[in-house]
Amino acid sequence: MSATPDTARQATAPAPPRLYRSSDGRVLAGVARGLADHLGVDVLVVRLAFVLLAAAGGAGVATYGLFWVFAPQNPYEAEAPRDRERDLTMLLALGSLTVGGLLLLSALGMGLRPSLAIPLVAVGVGVSILWRQADDDARARWRAATGTHRFGGAARAGVGVALVVVGAGAILGPANLDGTAGGLMAALVVAAGLTLVSSPWWVRMARDLAAERSARIREQERAEVAAHVHDSVLHTLTLIQRHVDDPREVTRLARAQERELRGWLYRPAPDATQHLAAALERVAAEVEDAHGVAIEVVVVGDCALDDRLTALRDAAREALVNAAKYAAGAAVSVYAEVEPDTVTVFVRDRGPGFDPDTVPEDRLGLRQSVRGRMARNGGTATVRSSPGDGTEVQLEMPRQTRSAP
Amino acid sequence: MTDQPTPARPVRVVLVDDHRMFRSGVRAELAAVDPAIEVVGEAEDAQQAVSVITATRPDVVLLDVHLPGGGGRAVLQELVTELPDVKFLALSVSDAPEDVIAVVRGGARGYVTKSITGPELAAAVRRVADGDAVFSPRLAGFVLDAFAATTDVAEVDEDLDRLSQREREVLRLIARGYTYKEVGKALFISVKTVETHVSAVLRKLQLSNRHELTRWATARRLV
Repeated sequence: MSATPDTARQATAPAPPRLYRSSDGRVLAGVARGLADHLGVDVLVVRLAFVLLAAAGGAGVATYGLFWVFAPQNPYEAEAPRDRERDLTMLLALGSLTVGGLLLLSALGMGLRPSLAIPLVAVGVGVSILWRQADDDARARWRAATGTHRFGGAARAGVGVALVVVGAGAILGPANLDGTAGGLMAALVVAAGLTLVSSPWWVRMARDLAAERSARIREQERAEVAAHVHDSVLHTLTLIQRHVDDPREVTRLARAQERELRGWLYRPAPDATQHLAAALERVAAEVEDAHGVAIEVVVVGDCALDDRLTALRDAAREALVNAAKYAAGAAVSVYAEVEPDTVTVFVRDRGPGFDPDTVPEDRLGLRQSVRGRMARNGGTATVRSSPGDGTEVQLEMPRQTRSAP
Repeated sequence: MTDQPTPARPVRVVLVDDHRMFRSGVRAELAAVDPAIEVVGEAEDAQQAVSVITATRPDVVLLDVHLPGGGGRAVLQELVTELPDVKFLALSVSDAPEDVIAVVRGGARGYVTKSITGPELAAAVRRVADGDAVFSPRLAGFVLDAFAATTDVAEVDEDLDRLSQREREVLRLIARGYTYKEVGKALFISVKTVETHVSAVLRKLQLSNRHELTRWATARRLV
């Protein structure tokens, strides 16, 4: 039910554009391109801003990294075919980013010895490769069919990890060769580095999993609704088209379908063998089906069915059949009220009605079948009718609550 | 129903429903039955309804219960106190008690189902325009159910929480499918008196703060 309003709303008021990393026309991770698209400015401006920010104390590098982690890849963009040239550009960009960062550090007075700088570069490149890898994993599904990149991806991940480990080891190695504390420290640093390095991958994996699960649930629900609509509504519509010349049959089909759909949408199936309200609704539905007349059922209160009330239900059914036959297509209504001492059912039709003094033979018989059934179980039946005013049958049954058998 | 006041006073109506086919159907039927009822505006969601109703100030709004953008209840919330002269008549395919009770308690002057015939709808619109209430058999049944006399007398300490014997009789007949005219005939009272009783019941339904009303509506969904 909510599908229509949702789509309508989307059509009229587009959601504010989300920030995505763009895979189309990117150099490194698509952050600059994505930001440019989001802000509606030229990509060159964004890139310049990043470079300037990077020069201003390295903030640009940090910002870039944050965007890389937290902005999701644009899911609506098809992956552009990659070529060697682009890979080379990317490598260059990665290199310059790392070198730039290092130069900045040294310019800021945290000068590093070359023996430390080189391992740092190794760590940087390793980290970059791994983070790139996380992106590729997200896209791997599209490429799963070809399968050619799987080995390359694994190899790249391996190289990344190796670089990180070697780099971290090299940083710590010369300084702390001796002592168990130093060894422990080194192990800790490597572990921390690996965790840090792999965190974006985990974040992405969790995000992908959640997205996939909700998509699957949506798909299941849609399939269920589609199956139901197909089995019921579509089927009925086909039948209705085939019976266009028979208004009675069309009414019957439409009413039956409406009832069914209503039950499916608004309430769980009540047990028609246990409770009076559900039993009366079931009986009315059966008569509706058999005679092609619309019957409106209103029940106030409810109670469990016992022998007497089962008789009342059967009498009500007879009255309904009667009304449906003689009402000549006019509406029939049932009203039942459960009171502490009695249950009363009214069956009313807006048909031509009749003069109780000149009752047709068959009608009298039915009346007696209704009356007889009620009388046998301790209830009463009253019929009121006058020509032009329709007919009303009133059934009254005392409840058994006090004098339980 | 033929018991309309003789000189047909023009009534301006706004239709709020998200199905265009339904709107055009209602428009055509109203025009065929009672040309003095003029449809001055249409809206297909809650937001649009608020602006159309504010702009046109109709006598009666035919309000669908299920609407994109918060449903009929959102429209009522926004406008009932602001535009006291505009009357709302809820119109829905839904039979779910909590929907019905929610819009009526939200300020609608009545509730009819979409299966209502053209002449009946026109009569209902006129009745609402005159400040009376309109109860379908089903709504009457719900009210009888909700105000069932089974509650402890000690618990029911306000007049608002009780229906008078007469009101109960009127509701019972409406639930049995009687028109207002037939109710009057059966109880030997005038149609105007029937309308007065029904309006009194509506007021009780809207103002009663007995929490059983809400509890009843929620419990019904689970039964």
